[in-house]
Amino acid sequence: MSVPGRMSVSTATKDVAADVAVALPAPVEERPASGLRETLYFAARNKKLVFGLAVTLSMLAIAIVGPYIARHPPLEYGGQLSVPPTTRDGYWLGTTLLGQDVFAQFVTGVRMAFVVGALGGGIAAIIGMVVGFTAGYRGGIVDELLNMVTNVVLVIPTFALLLVIAAYLQVRGIMTEAIFIGLTSWPWAARAVRAQTFSLTSRDFVSLARLSGESSWKIIFKEIAPNMSSYLFMMFILLFGGAILIAATLDFIGLGPSNTISLGMMMQLSVQNAALQLHLWWWFLPPGLAIMLIVGSLYVMNVGLDEVFNPRLRSM
Amino acid sequence: MGLEVDDLRVFYRTLRGDVQAVDGVTFGVADGEIMGLAGESGCGKSSLGNSLVYLTGRMRYVGGGVKLDGAALPIWDFEAMNEYRYREISVIPQYAMSALNPTRKIGRMTSELLHSRGVAYKSVVNELLRRFELVGLSEDVLAMYPIELSGGMKQRTVMVISTLLDPSLLIADEITSALDVSSQRAVAELLVEFRDRGFVKSTIVITHDISVLYQVADTILVMYAGHLAEKAPADVIINSPCHPYTKLLISSLPEIGVRYSEKQLVGIPGTPPALLDPPQGCRFKDRCPLASAKCNRRPPFVDFDSGHQVACWEVAA
Amino acid sequence: MSAMVEIEGCTKVYRVGSFGSTRLTAVRDVSFDVQAGEVVSLIGESGSGKSTIGRMILRLSPVSAGTIRFNGEDVAALKGRGLREYHRHAQGVFQDPFSSYNPIYKADRVFTMVKDTYFPAVDAHDWARKINASLEAVSLDPTQVLHKYPHQLSGGQLQRLLVARALLLDIDFLVADEIISMLDASTRIDVLNLLGDLKARGLGILFITHDLSLGNYISDRTVILRRGVIVEMGATVKVFGDPQHAYTQMLLESVPHLHRKWEDMKADYARADAAIESDAIDSTLVELEPDHLVRRAGGASA
Repeated sequence: MSVPGRMSVSTATKDVAADVAVALPAPVEERPASGLRETLYFAARNKKLVFGLAVTLSMLAIAIVGPYIARHPPLEYGGQLSVPPTTRDGYWLGTTLLGQDVFAQFVTGVRMAFVVGALGGGIAAIIGMVVGFTAGYRGGIVDELLNMVTNVVLVIPTFALLLVIAAYLQVRGIMTEAIFIGLTSWPWAARAVRAQTFSLTSRDFVSLARLSGESSWKIIFKEIAPNMSSYLFMMFILLFGGAILIAATLDFIGLGPSNTISLGMMMQLSVQNAALQLHLWWWFLPPGLAIMLIVGSLYVMNVGLDEVFNPRLRSM
Repeated sequence: MGLEVDDLRVFYRTLRGDVQAVDGVTFGVADGEIMGLAGESGCGKSSLGNSLVYLTGRMRYVGGGVKLDGAALPIWDFEAMNEYRYREISVIPQYAMSALNPTRKIGRMTSELLHSRGVAYKSVVNELLRRFELVGLSEDVLAMYPIELSGGMKQRTVMVISTLLDPSLLIADEITSALDVSSQRAVAELLVEFRDRGFVKSTIVITHDISVLYQVADTILVMYAGHLAEKAPADVIINSPCHPYTKLLISSLPEIGVRYSEKQLVGIPGTPPALLDPPQGCRFKDRCPLASAKCNRRPPFVDFDSGHQVACWEVAA
Repeated sequence: MSAMVEIEGCTKVYRVGSFGSTRLTAVRDVSFDVQAGEVVSLIGESGSGKSTIGRMILRLSPVSAGTIRFNGEDVAALKGRGLREYHRHAQGVFQDPFSSYNPIYKADRVFTMVKDTYFPAVDAHDWARKINASLEAVSLDPTQVLHKYPHQLSGGQLQRLLVARALLLDIDFLVADEIISMLDASTRIDVLNLLGDLKARGLGILFITHDLSLGNYISDRTVILRRGVIVEMGATVKVFGDPQHAYTQMLLESVPHLHRKWEDMKADYARADAAIESDAIDSTLVELEPDHLVRRAGGASA
């Protein structure tokens, strides 16, 4: 719909109209119907998204602030053994069987979870996107080859591989773990991106971009990727949550980093040291809950996002 | 008897207000009549056809009455309409070909459909096969998956299944649009055949392709921006239309034999009004060569001649 | 005078299945040409390969066999700068106006894309002037179509905007692939008449369609395609006025006319199918009269 003031312009002579069209600044733009404002409107109304985001952000706050307010280093054997949560000396979540501060371990673990999620998920997302875009856009033999590579990585037994790596690297940091997770969990992301890219490449605006002389990578980044931005965003969230879950599992079976503490490792140590039998609930309950809350809220957020982005799932 | 629609209004709810898709529509379709419902995209013809059967998510019944064979149809009540759907009123939807579940064989899908309507498959299977043969499908079709059938075959299958219980009213929504020329004629002629054999009583054929309507419909109802423009027998609409919109529309249709070098056809300048906040009065007035001040009041849809109704101040009333 | 666009023996084979084990022939041995200032309509039903031919001419799809020449130069050999130069002369407009525009950008971005590649040095003022001239040539009001998102414009406006984009490049040849099938009846004619104007300015147009009435209205010559093979071609008045191939006859009999009823025209599907079967075995295009070729079974004998 044009701004009412424009009526007078169209009655002027052609030359003047042309000049005026050039001289005037762009008229008041109408937002696209499914633009940012409408998305935010639905986003604010979606209970799953709001709830999930709230929980995730709270945990993130703990991850950022927590280690600064912890009174003791997480691995220090300073306190009394097996003390339940107390306000003395800052052992707010008590101590482990070996006298370590559970609260310090907890907040460090939460921070490590976010680091592994971001890094591991990020690496997987990047590799997945590169492979997926290339396979989806080029098709043909390139697609076949990349498919083969994807399938091979998919079926590699990651557990066995990790055991071998663990045997060779005596000292493993959180980075190594994150990189490992990233390098082994990208296949499904690549598949998903490839499928979406296929369907978008067949759209006429991609043909038009080729007829306008746009180069292949420019087409992928400027034409195709923005059209799947919501999909890519949700995919990253899933990879993030998935990485945290994988890390927790690996840590729990003892294949985690060797120089720091994480939530999974807390659970591993607590079970190893018979915390269940000794009723040391403050040792294994917080980390378990934290993993559940972080990953669960991420997935709930994702479902909410799907409803927000996909107009057909919205209810009025 | 047949169908009688009286001042029907069906709107779509959106964030920004109501889209007045069907705004005060009154017409009738007699028994044995094939009425074509023609108009351009966004004129409300699909909404009108759908509202008689099934109000989808955002559609809202606002007012007016619908009677089928003398009895009122409770189109606002989803549950109550269940009694009528498929038995009294049936629909051949747009994209009927993709309406077939790809993981079900045709026979199984049909028996499930009938079962959901409380009809025993065994009691109708003979009639089903007879009709398949009539439209040129072999009985092997029942054992096939949709992917094994061609586009025209799928369309014919859907047509037979939709009319199996001999509905009183059949609504065919753009059934020829997605077909090749060679199948279009066969499918359109099937509609006439179904009527001639008594499988359906009245038919509403919704399409933007007026030339198909000329071939198979008895009457044509032209719709514009949620209002009715003109209704008349098919050859009257083609050869001597009265409403300015119909006249301009007919004269813009190229036909085999008309060539650009000999006679340039002319389109209708401008675009239809947005139905979110439509203009007062006649909705065609902004593009109409005969528009005047009185067009700010909506013209009534009245009789111009026997069997010929128009909504235009210049022509009638 | 040699033709502007010449297609000779063009074939397109798709390899499907794992590692391309099965072959699907979409277009087989198609040859025709388009002169400057003429409209050739390529008529076929779905699966006839007509869109594939259009895409091959525009180099959007590689040719499996045969040659395509533009002003005598082989198009298949072009790449990089040569290809971009070719697209300065040959452009395309496609069927679905809403699919041709990237929905997240404004509609006039299609002009910007052209500017970035072909006119990087032109300054803003001259560029605006060029745009306005192009829009005028397609009867669009700049104030109504610039700075808008695609969903704010109608299908007819979007298609005309695409033609305006092609005109910015000062093209000689346009491939119009079903450009009006998704438009309303009242706007179709305007876009079609626009093609007539362009033809009068000297453009060569390949008008791809499934609608015979439109092809008959606008084109000088017609090529009838079925399953990737030409069955009849020649001057439009001859092909439509005196169709010789059973398939063409069947098409003309199946089209809904506005002043003749189907009852008066019997469509003989069986004869058409039989003719098509015999074509597949061994057939060639035979010239029945000047500018009217028909596919007949048998060898090269007339």
